[in-house]
Amino acid sequence: MEKQLKVAALCNGTVIDHLPAEKLFTVVSILNLEQCSNQITIGNNLESKRLGTKGIIKISDRFFAEHEINKIALIAPNAKINIIRNYQVVEKHPLQLPDEVRDIIQCPNPNCITNHQAVATRFHVVDEKNALRLRCHYCEREVAREEVKIK
Amino acid sequence: MRDTKSLVTIADYSKDEILEILESAAGFEANPNRKILQGKVVATLFFEPSTRTRLSFETAVVRLGGSVIGFSDAATSSSSKGESLNDTIRMVSSYADAIVMRHPLEGAARYASEISPIPIINAGDGANQHPSQTLLDLYSIRKTQGGLENLNISLVGDLKYGRTVHSLIIAMSHFKPRFKFIAPDELKMPEEYKDFCRKNDIPFVETAELTDSFNDADILYMTRVQRERFQDLMEYERVKNIYTLHDNMLENTKPNLRILHPLPRVNEINPDVDSNPKAYYFQQAQNGLYIRQAILSKVLGY
Ligand SMILES: [Zn+2]
Repeated sequence: MEKQLKVAALCNGTVIDHLPAEKLFTVVSILNLEQCSNQITIGNNLESKRLGTKGIIKISDRFFAEHEINKIALIAPNAKINIIRNYQVVEKHPLQLPDEVRDIIQCPNPNCITNHQAVATRFHVVDEKNALRLRCHYCEREVAREEVKIK
Repeated sequence: MRDTKSLVTIADYSKDEILEILESAAGFEANPNRKILQGKVVATLFFEPSTRTRLSFETAVVRLGGSVIGFSDAATSSSSKGESLNDTIRMVSSYADAIVMRHPLEGAARYASEISPIPIINAGDGANQHPSQTLLDLYSIRKTQGGLENLNISLVGDLKYGRTVHSLIIAMSHFKPRFKFIAPDELKMPEEYKDFCRKNDIPFVETAELTDSFNDADILYMTRVQRERFQDLMEYERVKNIYTLHDNMLENTKPNLRILHPLPRVNEINPDVDSNPKAYYFQQAQNGLYIRQAILSKVLGY
């Protein structure tokens, strides 16, 4: 019982909660958690009043940079990021897409310079009629958020 | 102060800057040989061939007294040996004062403008942008109509993929136009540009019928209808003939109507139109020289 608690409660670190169950492993992969040697607890298909089922990721002693957090906003915009210090939630991090997303998305246009040369991608977030779209800074093509491919 | 920014897309220029370019081009039309680029070197980097555009830019440089370096085809350039665009731009920018570039990849000019210490003039990046074409279209419209405000503009042909018509909509949005989009269903104006019109209070109507649909037009802008845009080649054969402009279709049009086309044409305009005084596409192409002189002068700060 005590041991179970130790795993579940986080002393210091980051909790990513309210992930749609089907997005959990994508988030694991875009945060590159396979390469992370910190203690990680992953739960999926947990009961959730809001989502039906949800996923949760708890990572000990790891705090994410803004650009890493942005990646989550792209695929799971309603996820909740909690920063834990000394067992306390010190910061509820609401996910927000910035005006510009750098080097996260792959441009869907096969004829875009970013798919041929070593150019970091840049996308401008355009919010039109409540449908979020991203416009490539280089080839100027737009892609719906649902169709975004993470690099 | 010198304004030496790059020209990647027509959206880079404000209404005032567009008007400034058109004014300056009119000056070059009156007097094309002004040696204001004496001692300047302009590189024309054509990673894909486009003789028409390259010669127009190179003539513009030479008539301004400048010199040209560059290549006309990537096969003869170092990029064919795998040199990155980044390295080519950095190398060339140590020799030249400005770069005119055409590249088959979309976004290439924007990228080049970010790494280049000297101004980049986009002479076409894949299917994306070709701002000197748009400026010469505006120049031709202004010259033939006496102004740019409140015109009826009919756009005909491939409105789906035709970048010239998309850029023209953006550029004309400063001047209260009314548009008619005349295209077959397969090649209709994309929603994105119709949304742009709605947002900017620009009235437009759409039709698939060419005959008698442009009698109220001041400008009839024709575009190429290309075979490779069609899934169904029988459909192409049908559309190709319906969207060909013939001289007898111009009978009931306004006297000030002028017909524009970015050239080269395929068969959208029957040769019997060429001798009609309303045909303006050959003069339009000539205007490209003055516009390119104006662009070069602006990016080099003169
Ligand atoms: Zn792109």
